[in-house]
Amino acid sequence: MKMLMLPAALVFATAIGFAQAPAPATQPATAGNAETGKKLFVSYGCWQCHGYEGQGGAAGPRLAPRTLPLANFSRYVRRPTNQMPPYTAKVVPDSDLEHIHAYLMSRPAPPAASSIPLLK
Amino acid sequence: MAKGSVDRRDFLKGAAVTSAAALVPGAIPGSAAAEPPQAAPAAQSPGTAAIAAREADPAVDVEALTTDRPGGDFMVDVLKSLNFDYIASNPGSSFRGIHESIINYGNNTKPEFITCCHEESSVAMAHAYFKVEGKPMAVLCHGTVGLQHAAMAIYNAYCDRVPVYILAGNSLDATMRRPGVEWAHSVQDAASMVRDFIKWDDTPASLPHFAESAVRAYKIAMTPPMMPVVVVIDGELQEDPIAPEIAGRLRVPKLTTATPPQGDSGAVAEAARLLVNAQNPVIVADRLARTPAGMTRLMELAEALQAPVIDQHGRMNFPSSHPLNQSESGGPLIANADVILGLELTDFWGTVSAFRDSLHRSSRSRIKAGTRLISITATDLFSKSNFQDFQRYPEVDVAMAADAEATLPALTEAVRKLVTDDRRRAFQERRTRFEQAHAREREAARTEAAVAWDASPISTARMAAEIWAQIKNEDWSLVSESGNSSGWAFRLWDFQKHYQHLGDSGGAGVGYGAPAAVGGALANKKYGRLSVNIQGDGDLLYAPGVLWTAAHHKIPLLTVMHNNRAYHQEIMHLQRMANRHQRGITRAHIGTTIDNPNVDFAKLAQGLGVYAEGPIANARDLGPALQRALAVVKKGEPALVDVVTQPR
Repeated sequence: MKMLMLPAALVFATAIGFAQAPAPATQPATAGNAETGKKLFVSYGCWQCHGYEGQGGAAGPRLAPRTLPLANFSRYVRRPTNQMPPYTAKVVPDSDLEHIHAYLMSRPAPPAASSIPLLK
Repeated sequence: MAKGSVDRRDFLKGAAVTSAAALVPGAIPGSAAAEPPQAAPAAQSPGTAAIAAREADPAVDVEALTTDRPGGDFMVDVLKSLNFDYIASNPGSSFRGIHESIINYGNNTKPEFITCCHEESSVAMAHAYFKVEGKPMAVLCHGTVGLQHAAMAIYNAYCDRVPVYILAGNSLDATMRRPGVEWAHSVQDAASMVRDFIKWDDTPASLPHFAESAVRAYKIAMTPPMMPVVVVIDGELQEDPIAPEIAGRLRVPKLTTATPPQGDSGAVAEAARLLVNAQNPVIVADRLARTPAGMTRLMELAEALQAPVIDQHGRMNFPSSHPLNQSESGGPLIANADVILGLELTDFWGTVSAFRDSLHRSSRSRIKAGTRLISITATDLFSKSNFQDFQRYPEVDVAMAADAEATLPALTEAVRKLVTDDRRRAFQERRTRFEQAHAREREAARTEAAVAWDASPISTARMAAEIWAQIKNEDWSLVSESGNSSGWAFRLWDFQKHYQHLGDSGGAGVGYGAPAAVGGALANKKYGRLSVNIQGDGDLLYAPGVLWTAAHHKIPLLTVMHNNRAYHQEIMHLQRMANRHQRGITRAHIGTTIDNPNVDFAKLAQGLGVYAEGPIANARDLGPALQRALAVVKKGEPALVDVVTQPR
């Protein structure tokens, strides 16, 4: 039999770790390619915890449309402080990380909840 | 064992002769018992001939072939006294006696026989049924094979502190067993297979013994902490005629369930003092509300203190729209608390500690030095050692070994007596802060749900919002939620009533979700409630036959598949291992995904007699599909919509 869910305490810790980090007012330019990054986001399995759009969920925090600056983003991916497993340069090269960051940066802002009848 | 003038030996001999005769061409079944057994003709297959010879072998010394009053009838009398509405089972010969008594002598009412395709389904149905109805459902398990099939579901109920009333058929007297399969299905000590994770069991040796043990088992199961019980029913006791020498002393003992234990008055007073004087008290509830009163009592305590409540969702403990419901802010509240009250927590240590699953596992406290911890849980009254569901040892300051729901009125009253005007003003200020925080959280939920709104696969937030749009004006009940859809229902729906959420499996054994949904829906049926199930794909594949049970018994239930085509938790575990070993995660799908081919859950459900649509991967198609399925459910039948979803 399998363990279905992380204990609540772990979910709390995970959620604090990433999504709630404040984003800068203006995002710095990134050297990556968003289209390439989209493919890498899928092939590296980032979506498994963060969703295809980086929208986040119980397993991993929201990454888009507000995304950490590349330097902070890379630092966290290499040496995460919470539940996320570490992705070393041996597994995800720096260049690929830049593409993934570019993909996340490219995600459009969602529609306002007030404009969606089901969310009013 | 006491016997009448006609015992099971004589009956079986008669039956054996009948069987043998029926195998012989030209034999007249009705008169076969009076005729000497005949050898099977040589033209028959060796297997058939061997069976015929074996069945015909005993000498015929039959005195009577029928009885009007088998022991199973009295067992049904006892079950009726315990007011069971249903008895769920996959049929088996070890309880054929009581099965026949239930459907004929008992007229198949109270209990009504519910046909299941797997014993794990029977028990999981009973598990969720209790959490709606507040009384146990009975389950029949067949000998060695049935009870082992049931074991995982029994373990879930044990971990979830839910009573399930299990009757296990067995054949104790080796000289009375039919040759062959009945031996493989018999066991010296049937309950030993599950004794580590039930509360009590017995193997009655007589019908009076059965009556006492049956009533005792019910009482024990219903006394907090509630858990499953097993009564083994011997085949001879069920099938033999009630012996004249015991017929006169057969009676059903009176059932008086025990009142749940309340916390010690001194401990209650100390807890009240700590809570009233605290600057940042936090109430955490897990398996608290075992009756509808539980939620009301928790609201009374929370409002007496104007303290935030973190609902860990083991039961429907607290309305989601109540401004003191701060479940989404649990982490910061715990970190800032000076007093934490834990009500029937499964894991108090895990509530106040952070644990990191890295190469070197580590943990740290999440609370401030000096934070006082108060625990009220009936689990402190009953522990077993082998199965480790009891979690890490929590170092608390006040530990009440008591039922939390029963203790809350005294605690609330003690709190009210201690509240001064100054404290009341401080409490009101606290209330205002939490009202604002609650409103911000509800707005944040809507904003976050809009992210990936039109994505394909469909986001779990969109799925939850689409379901809510269809059910919000109904008397609904979320009977099961398997597969982890990121808690969107709690963030977007308005949970107000005790039956609107039933908690989870307890033991986290996959396969609970689908049968639990059917069991919960069965309980809701007589109230006319709309039962809704968010169904994980991996979970349904354990025993999908329970959909047939829902169709056969016309149990209205809307099942919405959260079909992420994976055992998703395991994908993440594989990713963790692969990253830790720096091997990349590109092969983490091996052994963890459910694709290639994709499972067509709509066809699966249709084949089991359930209306179904899907797979639906375009969000715009989901609302209309749900509407059509809902129309079927409102006619009293189950329906399923297969939604291809994002992972979580």
